[in-house]
Amino acid sequence: MDSTALAFYSLAFIIIAAAIFVVTAKNIFHSAVYLIVALFGVAGLFVLLQAFFLAAAQVLIYVGAIAVLMMFAVMLTARIADAGVRHTNEQVGTGLLVSLGLLAVMLYSLWDSPFQFSGAPVAEGAGLTLGRQLLTKFVLPFEIVSVLLLAALIGAVVIAKKDDTGRAEPKAKYPAARALREDPDIVRKVPR
Amino acid sequence: MIGLSHYMALSAIVFCIGVYGMLTRRNAVAVLMSVELMFNSVNIALVACARFVTPETVTGQAVAVFTIAVAAAEATVALAIVLLIYQHHRGIDVDRVNFMKW
Amino acid sequence: MLELDKLVKIVGDAIDAGIRALGLGSAWVMVIQLAIAGLVVVAFAAVMVLFLVWLERKISARMQNRLGPTRVGPAGTIQTIADALKLLQKEDITPKAVDRGVYFWAPIITFVAALAVYVTIPFGEGLIVRDLNIGVLYILSITTFTVIGLLMAGWSSNNKYSLLGGFRSAAQVVSYEVPLALSVIGVIMFTQTLSMLEIVEQQEKFHQWYIWRQPLGFLIFLIAGTAEANRTPFDLPEADSELVAGFVTEYSGMKFAMFFLAEFLNMFTLAAVATTLYFGGWNGPILPSWMWFIAKCMVGVFILMWFRWTYPRLRVDQLMGFAWKTLIPLAFINLILTGVGIHLF
Repeated sequence: MDSTALAFYSLAFIIIAAAIFVVTAKNIFHSAVYLIVALFGVAGLFVLLQAFFLAAAQVLIYVGAIAVLMMFAVMLTARIADAGVRHTNEQVGTGLLVSLGLLAVMLYSLWDSPFQFSGAPVAEGAGLTLGRQLLTKFVLPFEIVSVLLLAALIGAVVIAKKDDTGRAEPKAKYPAARALREDPDIVRKVPR
Repeated sequence: MIGLSHYMALSAIVFCIGVYGMLTRRNAVAVLMSVELMFNSVNIALVACARFVTPETVTGQAVAVFTIAVAAAEATVALAIVLLIYQHHRGIDVDRVNFMKW
Repeated sequence: MLELDKLVKIVGDAIDAGIRALGLGSAWVMVIQLAIAGLVVVAFAAVMVLFLVWLERKISARMQNRLGPTRVGPAGTIQTIADALKLLQKEDITPKAVDRGVYFWAPIITFVAALAVYVTIPFGEGLIVRDLNIGVLYILSITTFTVIGLLMAGWSSNNKYSLLGGFRSAAQVVSYEVPLALSVIGVIMFTQTLSMLEIVEQQEKFHQWYIWRQPLGFLIFLIAGTAEANRTPFDLPEADSELVAGFVTEYSGMKFAMFFLAEFLNMFTLAAVATTLYFGGWNGPILPSWMWFIAKCMVGVFILMWFRWTYPRLRVDQLMGFAWKTLIPLAFINLILTGVGIHLF
């Protein structure tokens, strides 16, 4: 077994094991940690595939932003004590059946399909080619993605913002302070 | 020799693990994690194609860049929704969030 | 003085020849070379951190009209070593209610992430472990692992102060990552390369330093980098006076030391990256290159310490507001100006 094969099989093992832990771990925070392991493994695969720019982008965006957001959400919505709560619904059997069936179909179609190989090694400066392509051939999707990201940014802010409109005024905890806020001149009106 | 089919098989396996997680987890954040797994499996397939089918133009990598960007957008909005659900329900069990309006 | 540069090269060549003389395959030679380089970098980082801790204590003491450590060694220079030995022999306590696995791995991830950055930092002419063609991007992405470690520590400690510290670090790092990356892109637009080595080589002359072309970008980089490294005035995740040290509350002994070392390593990383991107890296006359690099880094480190003992800590809402309402718009303006400038000249 040459070194590429060794690297591939160990990375594949790490990714699959971590992915299985992600979907089965009883503790949701552990799922998040295993997700990071899986994402890092995929970045390793990208290095193996000589997609260095994508490997760095994968770590920067998936691990640095998405996984951190996931952990953030877990921390806001779960506690260590929640570990005992049932974490699966009653579709375990069905889910297993569907995913294994899907896997069988996909592997069968892989088995049969004759891939068109190009034996050529990745050209020097693949990153440069990638950048050129993003701004020439793929410029329209590129711009659409940037608009999408902006929309997602604004959308997330709007959704997560505390919705105060249409709700009754919060109960006056300090009536005096509220009265002062509504009418700053009230101080002068107080009879001496 | 590790070829395209190895990467494709790995991609398929990871995708199916993601499908299983999405179907069976009750926690909304866990469902999102499963979706991220599926996104990643697709990325593996795309980059492998870029490496083995079109090594000169790396088209698959360009598409993978878009996948990553869309995944980021999806994660932000979905997590904002999860937090909103948590505020209203004090829980994020997806099986119990079965109405559109409250 | 250039002899010192040559000496480094001679020693390197001798080690190289020694490895080759063993008659192994080329892959093994590379592995051994990288291992030796890695060991040298780890040793350097350890010594540097010990020195930085001493320096911080001395500088802070002087700024507060105190003397700082004076007893152990001349001017207290061995004080940090004594402290490190004390931390090493302390009992490694794992509180009962913590989430064991996550609690164990958190300091390790933080520390390794802080060390891994040094792979692609050019310390001097020919003194770089591995020049990656995505160098700058690699540094930006590896440093994000630090926050993963902090989050894991904050959550697994099962302590509300730690949890708050974790929250704060996540919000802070995700927010400040954006202006940091945007300010670095300003330099990348000039360099047209992500390799740290080539960026240094482009700034051979004093007037070629990128600080002259990116003054605003450097300012944004410095502020966002300080926030990324969790230094005061942005040290909200640990904020001793309000969160009783935040995410490290439950840590003691060696594990605490790892967080502590990682923090100082991150500070030096920030100075080193700033030196490479904006101040010409190891370029300089007369003195050997690595001395120039260390000297420039030390100036950066001093500025960071100066910050720490001058500014009070920000409030959380001020922190987030500053990132999103001031730094990010400024970073975009910087990018647009840079683009227009490159187009015109």
